[in-house]
Amino acid sequence: MLQIKNLHASVEDKDILKGINLEIKAGEVHAIMGPNGAGKSTLSSIIAGNENYEVSEGEILLEGEDISELAPEERAHKGVFLSFQYPVEIPGVSVTNFIKTAINESRKARGEEDMPANEMLKMIREKSELLEMDRKFLSRSLNEGFSGGEKKRNEIFQMAMLEPKLAILDETDSGLDIDALRIVANGVNKLKNENNAVLVITHYQRLLDYIIPDFVHVLMDGKIVKSGDASLALELEEKGYDWIKAEIQ
Amino acid sequence: MSKYTEDDLKVELENKEYEYGFYTELESETFPVGLNEDIVRAISKKKNEPEWMTEWRLQAFAAWKEMEEPEWANVNYTKPDFQAIAYYSAPKKSDPNKTLDDVDAELLEMYKKLGISLDEQKKMNNIAMDIVVDSVSVATTFQKTLGEKGIIFCPISEAIQEHPELVKKYLGSIVPQKDNFYAALNSAVFSDGSFCYIPKGVKCPMELSTYFRINQGGTGQFERTLVIADEGSYVSYLEGCTAPSRDENQLHAAVVELIALDDAEIKYSTVQNWYPGNKEGKGGVFNFVTKRGLCEKNAKISWTQVETGSAVTWKYPSCVLKGDNSIGEFYSIAVTNNFQQADTGTKMIHLGKNTKSTIISKGISAGKSQNSYRGLVQISKNADNARNFSQCDSLLMGNNCGAHTFPYIESKNTTAKIEHEATTSKIGEDQVFYCNQRGIPTEKAIALIVNGFSKEVLNKLPMEFAVEAQKLLEISLEGSVG
Repeated sequence: MLQIKNLHASVEDKDILKGINLEIKAGEVHAIMGPNGAGKSTLSSIIAGNENYEVSEGEILLEGEDISELAPEERAHKGVFLSFQYPVEIPGVSVTNFIKTAINESRKARGEEDMPANEMLKMIREKSELLEMDRKFLSRSLNEGFSGGEKKRNEIFQMAMLEPKLAILDETDSGLDIDALRIVANGVNKLKNENNAVLVITHYQRLLDYIIPDFVHVLMDGKIVKSGDASLALELEEKGYDWIKAEIQ
Repeated sequence: MSKYTEDDLKVELENKEYEYGFYTELESETFPVGLNEDIVRAISKKKNEPEWMTEWRLQAFAAWKEMEEPEWANVNYTKPDFQAIAYYSAPKKSDPNKTLDDVDAELLEMYKKLGISLDEQKKMNNIAMDIVVDSVSVATTFQKTLGEKGIIFCPISEAIQEHPELVKKYLGSIVPQKDNFYAALNSAVFSDGSFCYIPKGVKCPMELSTYFRINQGGTGQFERTLVIADEGSYVSYLEGCTAPSRDENQLHAAVVELIALDDAEIKYSTVQNWYPGNKEGKGGVFNFVTKRGLCEKNAKISWTQVETGSAVTWKYPSCVLKGDNSIGEFYSIAVTNNFQQADTGTKMIHLGKNTKSTIISKGISAGKSQNSYRGLVQISKNADNARNFSQCDSLLMGNNCGAHTFPYIESKNTTAKIEHEATTSKIGEDQVFYCNQRGIPTEKAIALIVNGFSKEVLNKLPMEFAVEAQKLLEISLEGSVG
């Protein structure tokens, strides 16, 4: 699904990623963990195509196709989805209107007709129920005045609507209470299948109690320094990151 | 009206030019340039006006000669040379008394380009239209249907002939001849415009609409609109404007007067799309307009405007809330791009008791433009329990434009409640990236954000107009971020 080869990236001449290699196959869940400032969010922004970062070296392949030169919307059309750590507000644009626009833009890019209104409504109903969202929520302005939990739930709702091939969840657990965390994780698990893949970026282990990863990678100082299975996350939770630092030195 | 699809929008966006910039070769009768008493008399004579009207114009002209052009607005431009403008220009073959079938073929062709089909007008429900090209009204539709309800909707030149008692009583009653420099000029030289009277208790069954078009070069347009809603009546009135792209600046100095008698309601909507000048700031229309309405007891006037055009806009649609319990509303979206300048807002004059006013102003600035909101809320001594709520929001695109807010509040009554809220925001890269990430291209993302920002005002427009206004917003801001 996703292959990242020797990825180097910088922002304002500061090197942040220093040679990342990562392969995620369809049907897999990968988690990237690491201390603050390790480059976790940078990696997710770069995969999504944020132009504030300079990619100096390396490749990002989605289903074998190099997407590193594509505009962010083109990557989205090919099935890349990023659940933002800090979703932005767009006043006056309702959740429904926004998702409708997003879906139809992707369809248009694939040469398809707009989704018929009844089909759209049905899908919205199903997916909002999956995430236990109040119907009233859908007519509110996007992220405006949303609580932290509502914002994250809305991100996963959009993911459910857009049915991406690769979903990147950037610190989706931050700002969530335990109930919201359960609902969000439950939503992600239901959307997971053998044709898509999930990349979870997180600071803490607790989200991984609900979304069980096949692989866990530790990102430190712009490099993946250790990979393992789900037990690695538990070990990190218990011991912190220092022991890894010591190990690699 | 057929459904406007995104593909239509795409086609329009690809055509970045001002789409109404064409000029139609019409045989016109145009007066020599310059302004003096003789020209004023000649306009009046051309219109076959009664003596009282000629006198009224001459009074205005005498006052205008003594007046000076206002300079307090936050705009910079080379003042027009009033002696270099032709004050009357009319497509020669037009004759308001003709039926649609007789209207000049070239005129009809022009309407088609403007997206106004008079034939369709006949079939389309709920909009009666008057069309003013340069100085004269060339076609008014639906007069007969309206006539059955006693509604008068006709060119003002015709009203002067046919309904002198109404015109005499109300013309200049709310915007006096000497009100301001441009109003005085308009009073002296206006050549046409629309007139509308809704009788007591009548709810006008369709939207009334006037379409203004400056076609001829070297001319100014000075139209005059007078809308009278008699006791307990209701009318919704729409106004649209375009002009050809020219290197010179053209002057548009209109006056609109609204009279809402006891318990009457007038809704007045404008979509202004005069030529804004080119990307270097050359040419464009100077839009210096005086619009004011009078509310008697329990009456209500709502102004809604979407201003996307003109090189310079100077315009303050206002309400005089004279009657007790009367209501004034002002909803505005003003968009400026490139070198456009807009100084626009409203005045809410509270005279009666329990009067209420609402002001919602949305300014969107892009390019190197300057966008100012200027508003006055005045509560007089006797206006017990007056209420005002004002909200002024500015949206900036890029780093070279400006947004300014000049709210004036004068209250002479301690029971008044006045609220003012203002915000300024910028379309953020993060907002655009967020949309991009969801598959929405930048151009569409900006349209979405701008429409969201303008929503409260767009919602006030009648349906057909709202769609047109939305399109206009998108086109006006084309290429302004990125």
